[in-house]
Amino acid sequence: MDLALLLQLTLNGLIVGALYGVVAMSFVLIYKASQVVNFAQGEFLLVGAWVCWWFLTEWQLPFYAGFLFTLVFMTLFGLVLQVVVLRPLIGEPVISVIMATIGLGIFFQALMKWIFGVFAKPFPPIFETERVSLLGLEVQTVYLVSLGISLLIMAAFGWFFTASKHGLAMRATAFDQQVAQSLGVSVPKVFAMSWAISAVVSSVAGVVVGVVNGVSSALSFYGIKVFPAVILGGLDSIIGAVLGGVIVGLLENWAHYIDSEWLNWGNMFQIAPFYALVIILLIKPYGLFGTKNIERV
Amino acid sequence: MVAMTPAGDYRTSYRADTTIFPTRNSRIALFIGLALLCCAPLLLGRYELSLLINIGFLGIAALGLNILVGFTGQISIGHAAFFGLGAFTSAWLHEHLGIPVMLCIPLAGIVTALIGLVFGAPAARLKGLYLAIATLAAQFILEDFFARARWFTGGVAGRMTESPVLFGFAFDRDETFFYLTLAWVVIMFVAAANLMRSRDGRALVAVRDHYLSAEMMGINLAYYRTLSFGIASLYAGIGGALYAHYLLFVSVEAFNILFSIQFLGMVIIGGLGSVMGSLMGAAFMVMLPEVTQWGAEALAGSAIDQALRLGASISFLREMVVGAAIILFLIFEPDGLARRWRLIKAYWKLYPYSH
Repeated sequence: MDLALLLQLTLNGLIVGALYGVVAMSFVLIYKASQVVNFAQGEFLLVGAWVCWWFLTEWQLPFYAGFLFTLVFMTLFGLVLQVVVLRPLIGEPVISVIMATIGLGIFFQALMKWIFGVFAKPFPPIFETERVSLLGLEVQTVYLVSLGISLLIMAAFGWFFTASKHGLAMRATAFDQQVAQSLGVSVPKVFAMSWAISAVVSSVAGVVVGVVNGVSSALSFYGIKVFPAVILGGLDSIIGAVLGGVIVGLLENWAHYIDSEWLNWGNMFQIAPFYALVIILLIKPYGLFGTKNIERV
Repeated sequence: MVAMTPAGDYRTSYRADTTIFPTRNSRIALFIGLALLCCAPLLLGRYELSLLINIGFLGIAALGLNILVGFTGQISIGHAAFFGLGAFTSAWLHEHLGIPVMLCIPLAGIVTALIGLVFGAPAARLKGLYLAIATLAAQFILEDFFARARWFTGGVAGRMTESPVLFGFAFDRDETFFYLTLAWVVIMFVAAANLMRSRDGRALVAVRDHYLSAEMMGINLAYYRTLSFGIASLYAGIGGALYAHYLLFVSVEAFNILFSIQFLGMVIIGGLGSVMGSLMGAAFMVMLPEVTQWGAEALAGSAIDQALRLGASISFLREMVVGAAIILFLIFEPDGLARRWRLIKAYWKLYPYSH
């Protein structure tokens, strides 16, 4: 038993889990508003991180400016995707919409490889001190900041959905599109907005991961790790998404610990969430907080 | 013309309604087409033949996925994993149990189908996006298994396979392997076309069209969903076994999620719920990267090539074209090439008075 390692991994799990939670939240946002399962969520992280990297290195912008430009770009990116690709598919079967987002995913992944190459590229250093020690554990500054950012985003989401006009319109649309429409909510606008917000929030997570690990196509794997998180939490629950993200983050780090201490199978880190996913789907497919879908003829 | 049918609908029996060949001419046309294909090795070069063989085994696997997605309305994002399972099973059966390769191919199909049933039984409770996510997980779990199970797959080094031999005749060149692939394509496509005319095939379609109504009419949902998964795996396994004995080498990395997505692309581009569409989709998906490559080679050395580094990034271009093709087909031609083909036939039927 290596207690220090276990603690370190638990902390990592919490921090990475918060990031998963943020991505899962933006995934759930799209699902709730427009009933689209976005298999290209990871590519939002990827595109956001590469664009930010490009502003910072090629244009030599200071971090805050490059970051702001990235957010603006991602807003437009999300809007354009929704209007050009997803809007014509409204009313099509689930399989078609899933396939369209998968198509988007491989398209942008390949495009990013084409433009920026296949190798991971580091961000220019942003913080003065690389690491700080917290209760005797080494933590990268970026991670601490990212934890802060994640909490901030979650709080912002909470405010947005309970107090703001657009957030309430979005919830109304998620509840019943026809009723929302009859009360004057522009459903197409809500769809477009949900994609824009989702793209922006995901890109923040993308930049954070990029700053820590360097930017590479591995980022898009976060979009796949989102599935265990959202299924665990329930597909249409924002709180569930956050909690699911944290649980998946912890789970994979603990799996890594068990693997490195006893099993020595290797790669458990990557694969454990998927075993969990299958088990959840079999036992409780609607997750911890999801609404159970009752069908009537 | 090929399927010159009367303008009205004169079918008076169920038998006539479900026939595969609506007219005598359509049957003759098919046999002429097959005869032409039999001559292909004499007429075509090795490159064209290898493309045809690829279309053949990918088409078989795509047909399996089409039975699952197009006819039963389930979805699988793990088809490539089952394709790989067939490839490794066939290679393993031959090497460790000494079974002749010709027998290994159908056996691999059966083993894959059984494993597909195991995965399909829990999947029978799920549908739509939950099933999509579950099969996505199956893809990663099987991929991980391939990388881990060195006894089965040869691990990172991969596994060598051998050519099929029948009565001392080896299918070890493109010219001969082509006939083996063709034979399997014919068997599997005839089987699928007939399955869809049977009671079980109609049950699958009923499950797709409205599963609640189907259940009320006495169709066992879990049974038919699992069955459909098993059939899809059977087709994937046979396609994969042919792949293994054609390439003579199976690598662990080949059966990734991108490959699974390509299978889904074939089904969508070919046309959901169309038997021949699966073959058209496979042909499209095989030709698309080749055409991309020809395009890039045609531009080699030009200003566009230098500005965009086409030559060095051809593999990314191919992936992008696959993604773009899937999206464009979904938006502009959701019923795929099969519908386009029907429209072309309808146009010529009334030529020159069509409008």
